[in-house]
Amino acid sequence: MKLNVNGKVHDVDVEEDMPLLWVLRDELKIKGVKFGCGVAACGACTVHLDGMAVRSCQTFAGDVGEAEITTIEGMGTPDAMHAVQQAWVEHQVAQCGYCQSGQIMQAASLLAENPVPTDADIDDAMSGNLCRCGTYPRIRAAVKTAAARLKEA
Amino acid sequence: MSRIGTIARRTFLVGSVAIAGGVAFGYYQYRKPHANPLLDELGEGEAALTPWVQINADKITLITPHSDLGQGAASMQAMLLAEELDLEFGQFEISPGVPSPAYYNTALADEGVPFNSHDHSFPADAMRGILGVVVKIMGVQGTGGSTSVPDSFDKLRTAGAVARETLKKAASEKSGINTTALKTASGKVILPDGTEYSYQELAPIAAGIEPVTRVKLREPSEWRLIGKEVQRLDILAKSTGTQTYGIDLEMDGMVHAAVKVNPRQGGALNSYDASAAEGMRGVLKIVEVTNGVAVVADNTWRAFQAAEAITFDWGPAPYPADMDGHWAEVANSFVEERLDAEWRNDGDVATALASGQSVEAEYRAPYVAHQPLEPLNALVLMEGGRVDIWVGHQFPRFAQQKVAEVAGIDPEAVHFHQQFSGGSFGHRLEFENITLATEIAMQMPGTPVKLTFTREEDFAHDYPRQIGMARGVGRVKDGKVDAIDLQVATVSSTDSQIARLGQSAPPGADTQIAAGAWNQPFAVPNFRFRAYKVPPLSPTSSWRSVGASSQGFFASAFLDELIHAAGADPLEERLRLCNHDIARKVLETVGDMSSWGTDPGENRGRGLGFVDSFGVPVAEVVEVTNTGDGIRIDKVFVAADVGRVVDPVNFDNHVKGGVVWGLGHAMNCEITYADGMAEQANYFDHEGMRLHQCPEIVVKGLENASRIRGIGEPPVPPAAPALAAAIFDATGIRLREMPFNKFVDFV
Repeated sequence: MKLNVNGKVHDVDVEEDMPLLWVLRDELKIKGVKFGCGVAACGACTVHLDGMAVRSCQTFAGDVGEAEITTIEGMGTPDAMHAVQQAWVEHQVAQCGYCQSGQIMQAASLLAENPVPTDADIDDAMSGNLCRCGTYPRIRAAVKTAAARLKEA
Repeated sequence: MSRIGTIARRTFLVGSVAIAGGVAFGYYQYRKPHANPLLDELGEGEAALTPWVQINADKITLITPHSDLGQGAASMQAMLLAEELDLEFGQFEISPGVPSPAYYNTALADEGVPFNSHDHSFPADAMRGILGVVVKIMGVQGTGGSTSVPDSFDKLRTAGAVARETLKKAASEKSGINTTALKTASGKVILPDGTEYSYQELAPIAAGIEPVTRVKLREPSEWRLIGKEVQRLDILAKSTGTQTYGIDLEMDGMVHAAVKVNPRQGGALNSYDASAAEGMRGVLKIVEVTNGVAVVADNTWRAFQAAEAITFDWGPAPYPADMDGHWAEVANSFVEERLDAEWRNDGDVATALASGQSVEAEYRAPYVAHQPLEPLNALVLMEGGRVDIWVGHQFPRFAQQKVAEVAGIDPEAVHFHQQFSGGSFGHRLEFENITLATEIAMQMPGTPVKLTFTREEDFAHDYPRQIGMARGVGRVKDGKVDAIDLQVATVSSTDSQIARLGQSAPPGADTQIAAGAWNQPFAVPNFRFRAYKVPPLSPTSSWRSVGASSQGFFASAFLDELIHAAGADPLEERLRLCNHDIARKVLETVGDMSSWGTDPGENRGRGLGFVDSFGVPVAEVVEVTNTGDGIRIDKVFVAADVGRVVDPVNFDNHVKGGVVWGLGHAMNCEITYADGMAEQANYFDHEGMRLHQCPEIVVKGLENASRIRGIGEPPVPPAAPALAAAIFDATGIRLREMPFNKFVDFV
């Protein structure tokens, strides 16, 4: 099947029911997307399908179709970061960093849909993304900074 | 010469050596030099030199041997070296180096204890106790016990200074100008006329001269990096998905493995039927491993699926099958035969308790899992009589040893490649992923095998925090706390860990059964503390803050009950009892921060927790609202004294993370066994804290203590008792057992 990942079309030979997570990680070697729980309980595997955050561990490869898949690598690079990534750097959110790709993808999806989220909106949107290190106070602050920056842009 | 300089001369003799095209600066062991496998060509007495700083024509590399588990250890170690070496972030690379004895004895020898040996103040004894355990368990290069900063602070600054002064000496030889006229900045030696020599161009000269070993470390007022807000070295990679963890490694010809091991930990594999798995797509091999079966496939998910298709007949658990059996064993342990130690007996407890108003309470702390977000994994290649292993681990030398034992080769033939870890909290002190991956790789020589645990397998084989109970009896008199008789019984995580290392338990009491409880800075006139060791049940391990995570809750919460019974104020009474100036300032500070004593408002409550662990006094005030739909944690104030805050941004993040860890698990988490198996299989059963439950957290780091200490663990223990006290204040409900969500709802 064909998958459009970060603007590039890949031909992959995988089962229809292989989770997108494992197509990305093991077949296409895109490692920014992380395996955490396998059951959509942690959000580490969050990617965008046509701009909307989904858990790639619970998204079958066969269901993606022509949707554009964006991973953290497609959001920005260390030299040209997305506003959300910039905010994450500015607030030095990460500790172990393992959940942060998913957090950033979730936050970017939230801000695309809701450019001026309230605290309650942030809590609702981000509570599916687990951070075992407990960086939540910085995540909240970084989401707000990113929102302000995107508004200016 | 400064105090640090004296220490450096006495214990940290530092040398240098030529390496290919450059120079490496490192340490001599004092007293007992170890043979250095890397530098065999060196003469006697120079053999223990191992580099912290390597400079060659291409680059400068700083070696950061304490594992980075997410706590920022790599960045912190580099900062200490770069401070004295006058390097800017961006001018060097970092490397975890290779496991070596030269990285440990300087850290964990007696001299490594950050107190004078004649200092028997309570934190000194507490710290020695901690390090005693660390030494007993590890005896080697290790990361744990919040020791990375205290171990590194003098050593790495000294290493940086030695490298700097030797480079200046090299520049002096090259230019003929006296070293006292030379300056260093941004990776260069600068002559009086402005001429600059880069460290790289000086490296070949530095390699050929006697290193300067008498160095004076800079005064705090001269620091450019320490104590300043700097950007962590890994922050860019971790914000852009470009940080590589062990689980991300790829290698030509690599295959993917999954395991299913008896979920009754330590139980046997009686039989299995893999016929359904054999024909599944991508399956390359199915092999037996200790107490289980591994599937090797061409894709991680295919390996998971095939492992799931195997049916098993598992043997019974070598411990009580259900929680009633576990708790009964704990409850039956408050007896003379199981007394591990009477840690304290001040005043006359028996007489004091014989009259007046007494308070009795019993507390419980459950098993709790570590479950860092990066699942356990390991990449192993066995080829040509050597084994290479790539994994994130807290004890590289022991990992090497374990692989060697499984593979039947010398530890020297095991090449360990340290990886960044996606969290640990004590989980990466264990070896099952490493031994299992080695067992699989041995059955596929020449093929790199990456083993990845499913989250369910990881939960099933997490060796959780110890289970424990406390029984307290106390008396109050004239509005004051007069007597406390506290008894704690827990299984020994120390013994459990040591048994898995194939060692016998060290002599003496287990400090962790008493940690956070016996040695608190409160002069209660009559105070007895007894620790009981519960016989081994299911395996347990060190969990962020170890013994103090449960015992700190018991001691702080019981003191709170007594203060309430006395009709006293929780902060005022602690201040009255406090016999340690550093702790007093911590308590006063958190009182000021939280406006303690003011009315918290309608349906609201405020609670104080204080625990000194790992030599760090930490006070936390938690504010809650009883919303009607459940308890909401609004705000937490934290004051802690680590002597010196090396990296203020990371300190702040780390303290907040410790509070979230302490609160989240106290509220929501336990591991329970049924039919010998953990009933919690994934995060929905044991999720810690999620963002919507996270309060605002205000942190203040104090620097009054004379010695520097680590902050990874100490913020955890006070969180649970502070939350329990706040809920009591708001609702009148006393919580004496974790997790609290068994008794109250949280929004």
